[in-house]
Amino acid sequence: MAIPEFIKKISDTIWEIPPSYKEGMRVPARIYATEELLTAMDEGVFDQITNVATLPGILNYAYCMPDAHWGYGFPIGGVAAMDAETGVISPGGIGFDVNCGMRLVLTNLTYEEVKPHLQALVDNLFKRVPAGVGCTGFIKLSQDEFCRVVETGAQWCIKHNLGWEEDLTRTEENGCIQGADASKISKKAIERGKDQVGTLGSGNHYLEIQVAKPEYIFDQELAKAFGITIPNQVVIMFHCGSRGFGHQVATDYLQAFLKVMESKYKIKILDRELACAPFHSPEGQDYFAAMKCAINLSFANRQVILHRIREVFSDILHRSPEDLGMHMVYDVAHNTAKLEKYEINGEVRNVLVHRKGATRAFGPNMEGIPEIYKKFGQPVIIGGSMETGSYLLVGVESGIQTFFSTAHGSGRTMSRTKAKKQFQGKKLQEEMAQRGIYVRSVSFAGLAEEAGGAYKNVDQVVEATERAGISRRVARFIPIGNVKG
Amino acid sequence: MPYKYLEEIAIADIAFEAWGSTPEELFKAAADATMNVMVADLSTVADREKRRIELEEENLDLLLFNFLQELIYYKDAQRLLLRVDNIHIEKTQKGFKLQAEAHGEELNPEKHDLRVDVKAVTLHQFQVKKTSEGWWAQVILDI
Repeated sequence: MAIPEFIKKISDTIWEIPPSYKEGMRVPARIYATEELLTAMDEGVFDQITNVATLPGILNYAYCMPDAHWGYGFPIGGVAAMDAETGVISPGGIGFDVNCGMRLVLTNLTYEEVKPHLQALVDNLFKRVPAGVGCTGFIKLSQDEFCRVVETGAQWCIKHNLGWEEDLTRTEENGCIQGADASKISKKAIERGKDQVGTLGSGNHYLEIQVAKPEYIFDQELAKAFGITIPNQVVIMFHCGSRGFGHQVATDYLQAFLKVMESKYKIKILDRELACAPFHSPEGQDYFAAMKCAINLSFANRQVILHRIREVFSDILHRSPEDLGMHMVYDVAHNTAKLEKYEINGEVRNVLVHRKGATRAFGPNMEGIPEIYKKFGQPVIIGGSMETGSYLLVGVESGIQTFFSTAHGSGRTMSRTKAKKQFQGKKLQEEMAQRGIYVRSVSFAGLAEEAGGAYKNVDQVVEATERAGISRRVARFIPIGNVKG
Repeated sequence: MPYKYLEEIAIADIAFEAWGSTPEELFKAAADATMNVMVADLSTVADREKRRIELEEENLDLLLFNFLQELIYYKDAQRLLLRVDNIHIEKTQKGFKLQAEAHGEELNPEKHDLRVDVKAVTLHQFQVKKTSEGWWAQVILDI
């Protein structure tokens, strides 16, 4: 497909749709992509990002990351920074799976050392980290205790011996975003999430054992700073979110906003999925406090999963997780809205940055980065498709152009329904085994939907972020074992 | 099967259209389409548990939206796979009222061929329409 006429080229990796494209656009839309990625983008992206550009309070541009694809409300890979005083907050700009995110964990083992145990490791991870439709975890919580989890996030886990103290400092917001208020969440949300702590879920959620091959280290110094120090080092990466709890929080407030948006606040939107409320309204603040509970639940979920991973490695390899060097590199959030400070027209302002299927990528020396990484910049974890590979990137100073936001994954190019017709789960599993990737999944249909061929080329996505100056490559990881949700 | 999954919209998620000669038939078809995303063969869901669903909404489309959400709620909160029958929708002063009975059983990966989880019903391009043949809806589910 040719590049549509309404898209103007700004540079090799930045493209713009002017406000004249659609009535009500307050700012232009900017798409970060190479020409090849842009050409392959579906038209839904352009329609959705220009809808986002109409939202009250939006600053500078409505942004699309290189992995952008058709979502609901915002496109996946959509970023919008709202003026906290005059702007809105929108659940459709965050996603139902609040704080769906990635966590990267190190080992001091090489591929050669892990290879004989690979199958046992994956089989045990598959057993101990529940995945799939309606899966429940090992942790049984009362409703009151669950409320403490959502208010204190991964800190609750550390208090209950489900992790190491240092894990917290290596998580965005130290694993607990301030201001989460359990009185703002519904009984239904609690009931949906209560038994799901420590579970992967399904869809594109996964847990993967990967190798950092020496030829795929792009920056030795940064790789070392992030703990990638030995050739063919084995790492573990996983992707999951806030489970039924987060989904219900988003659903509850989407409906609450629909009821007041036009009647009370006179806001008109182009897609009901963009339902929003002024950030400083009672409804907006209630959602912000509830959404923070979902952010925390997701941090706790990934913390419990990390604990299980350490147990499994320790059981199979008969060494303690400490001895195996199982430190966490970092935990990044994908679907959030966060208050950050930016200079706008010479004035420092509070800005609510919505990132939906996009990653925060703070540059060096910024507040909010762990001390150990401060001078290097924030680690950014990019999950590729289960067949191809994933990346570790770092935030850069020039990331200010996108409110320090970058891509989150490779991004789909094919619908799930189409992928299921084109790929066959069982066959895919066998083919991957032949290529040295051992996969376990609860569902062959689910596996087929996640075939590498249904995704964009992650190398191109990551290269586009680097060329545009919104993040930089550190290392690429090759999958060897995968638990698919 | 009065529903069909759509290939060309909502790439990351699952879109379907459903139809019926009455709103009740449409709702039943949309419920099955939603559950069929999670369970490959709906006939494997036995009739062991019963749940009553009662809802009231201003519009018929938001009524369908909430009705489908109920099924997703039961799937997570009580791990129940449900199929709906005996739906009755009536027009009231406030809008529309739904009463339905859903039957099913606890999900069991040994017994049910499970596919992918539905996180939520989205309102993106959500439509309920009366057509010359009856009723039609388009729904995008978040996966």
